Amino acid sequence: MSSDLDQILVTFFEECEDLLASLQENLGLAEIEPQDSEQINSIFRAVHSIKGGAGAFHLETLVKFAHGFETVLNDVRNGDVAMGPEVIAVFWQSSDMLSDLIGAAQSQSDSDEVAVDDLLERLIALRPTHLIEAEPEDLEFTPIGAAAVFDLDLGPPLASAETVFNISFKPKAGFYQNGHETLLFLRSLEDLGQLTARCNTETLPDFDDFESEAAYFSWEIELRTEKGETDIREIFEFAEGHFELDISTTSPVPSSATTVPDIPDIPDIAEIPLPEVTPPVKKTKSKPKKLATVRVDVERIDQLINLVGELVVAQAILTQCIEEMDLAGDTELLNHIDELKVLSREIQDSVMTVRAQSVKPLFQRMSRIVREAAAATEKLVRLEIVGDTTEIDKTVIEKLADPLTHMLRNAVDHGLETPKERRDAGKDETGVVTLSAAHRSGRVVIDVSDDGGGIDRARVLQIAIDKGLISPGDKLEPEDIDSILFLPGFSTVGEVSELSGRGVGMDVVKTAIQSLGGQISMSSKPGKGSKFSISLPLTLAVLDGMVVEVEGERFILPITSIRELVRPGTEKIHQIDRDFTAVSIRGENIRVIDVGRALGIRSTPCVFEKSILVLVEVDDGSRCALAFDAIQDQRQVVIKSLETNYTDVLGVAAATILGDGRIALILDPNDPVFGAKITEQPNNLSFAKAG
Amino acid sequence: MQTKVLAVDDSRTMRDILSHALGEAGFEVDVAEDGAHGLEVAARFKPDVVISDINMPRLDGFGFIEMLRKDRELGAVPILVLTTESAPELKSRARAAGATGWIIKPFDGEKLVAAIRRVSA
Repeated sequence: MSSDLDQILVTFFEECEDLLASLQENLGLAEIEPQDSEQINSIFRAVHSIKGGAGAFHLETLVKFAHGFETVLNDVRNGDVAMGPEVIAVFWQSSDMLSDLIGAAQSQSDSDEVAVDDLLERLIALRPTHLIEAEPEDLEFTPIGAAAVFDLDLGPPLASAETVFNISFKPKAGFYQNGHETLLFLRSLEDLGQLTARCNTETLPDFDDFESEAAYFSWEIELRTEKGETDIREIFEFAEGHFELDISTTSPVPSSATTVPDIPDIPDIAEIPLPEVTPPVKKTKSKPKKLATVRVDVERIDQLINLVGELVVAQAILTQCIEEMDLAGDTELLNHIDELKVLSREIQDSVMTVRAQSVKPLFQRMSRIVREAAAATEKLVRLEIVGDTTEIDKTVIEKLADPLTHMLRNAVDHGLETPKERRDAGKDETGVVTLSAAHRSGRVVIDVSDDGGGIDRARVLQIAIDKGLISPGDKLEPEDIDSILFLPGFSTVGEVSELSGRGVGMDVVKTAIQSLGGQISMSSKPGKGSKFSISLPLTLAVLDGMVVEVEGERFILPITSIRELVRPGTEKIHQIDRDFTAVSIRGENIRVIDVGRALGIRSTPCVFEKSILVLVEVDDGSRCALAFDAIQDQRQVVIKSLETNYTDVLGVAAATILGDGRIALILDPNDPVFGAKITEQPNNLSFAKAG
Repeated sequence: MQTKVLAVDDSRTMRDILSHALGEAGFEVDVAEDGAHGLEVAARFKPDVVISDINMPRLDGFGFIEMLRKDRELGAVPILVLTTESAPELKSRARAAGATGWIIKPFDGEKLVAAIRRVSA
């Protein structure tokens, strides 16, 4: 029993998430088209459903707040309150409050009652005064009437307090049409005391004159009870208006053993044909298209993705075998193989989309961040959301919340100017922050842009020099200055603002994005605004990799970390000391790592001049050049975790299976084994700047 | 024979709660997500009692009751309206639409069953 209810509670929280998303979406739409009643109806329904579920689980604060919110929404629905900007602002806060209260209920933590009451007061303040006065105190949650109706456990009546009621009851046609039955009312009456009922059938006409939908019977009932007339009337309350009822009392008479006497057969109302006989139910067969969904454990999906990955590999192995068997002449076989190849790719693609989810809920959460940031900085901000139906892998979405939060706070705090500055610059007082998502050539691109003042490059440069990130003499291109923002230890907040001055810089955002296999870049135009672009892979299960070779072993290097390929001439390689070799690229000295030695698969030193150098960039923005013997090609590989099957291996992120069935390790350039992250660099090396 | 109850509510939580409570009480239960869906399910399930929410998308509770009342076969089935509002005008509107009775949320299993027993033989 309780575990069932626990399960329903889980469902309730899941549903709340959906309802909140719908609430926010419609609130956003209502902001644009305040006159559209459909949106306000949807908002009302969402709040109403939250209240209903919360009531069932005795989440009292949530019920109380949802009720207040719903009341004002109902006024809007009825045209008593107009949807103005102030109203919408309070609604947004209410939506956020609902979200907080649901969160608090879910984590079973306490909610801020003072804030709840405060916001409730502001909600009530939106209502026209005559409605506030008309509202009966706390009527909603006292089941008026219900208590009496359902309170059936009465003992035998005490003779002394008994009254005898003579009840004359005559149902009208609507009584039967609404599904009522006299017998059930008689039974309820009998629960109040001792009952004698007599059916008056005199009015029943001859069969020829009989109208099937009319009501002919009336009842004379004698009820001996200690209850009052109100209790009797309450029994009939359900059918109010569909009967004539006359109740009178006579003085108590000595109790006689009375039971419900023979009640003549009540016409079986279910079989009385009703006037309109068209069965509308049948017509609705053509079901409106409704998206049916199934909730599936993520683990099962992961397993499926894994298996499909294996399938693709098996197919590739098969293809390779056939090629090696030199059966090229067998067109039929090759056709079938091609078909298999296409099918496996298609299966892979569609399985990948199973995990994909729309970014909409994430983006909607972000609108709150922007509202709060705007309030904290006293700036006027409008968030524009573009492409929120774009789908990304679920795990990626979850991990995007923090970086996006930070980027949007930055956009409001540092990107946008104050209303006054904007006025002076001839701009609209309200700044626009745009959050957009789109699919672009197999990747997802998420942009956060603002129409603010753009990056103040002179200031960035000064701060970077002050913090010793660059030396005053360095000549930097505008793009290079912008990229300083991503350096660890850089934070433009000269004055630490309440909002984004939390010690989190863009470098953290960059690291988070890179850990998702993504990249981040930015562009800025003075006076026009800045744009940060995140580019992400569609899924974490597949990786774009470069197949590289060392000592005949193949490895995969994630494309996202690769900046450049270099085949050095002798003059560019500098042996700084025994353990430190650098390559000079455009005047910059970058450490060269002998991958074969680092991984321990080669003992003799590598001849860098004959190697291919792959310039990689690691999390902290520093770069190094990895030396390989050869580069084979670039391909998508399915990631197989090493840790789950074996153990964590230095320098290796995961493994994959190549087309020929052989295993290749996926290298992790971030691993200290490659020595890219080193603190002590020889003095003659200049700062390796981030790109 | 088990009494068949159709519960119509757009909230998944409420549907689950109703199914659970009614199932425990020994009713045979089917659910629908809104009025339009309710009509479809009713035609197939042929309930003895219908419980319906009022605020629903597509076809609300009032519309659902009106439509159901026009049905030749199911027109006289008792319909209980499920509502958090106990305001008199909502009751009379539900009554005018053809509701047999109402259940005020939040309800417990006992209240629910008592209300059903009151309208079904």
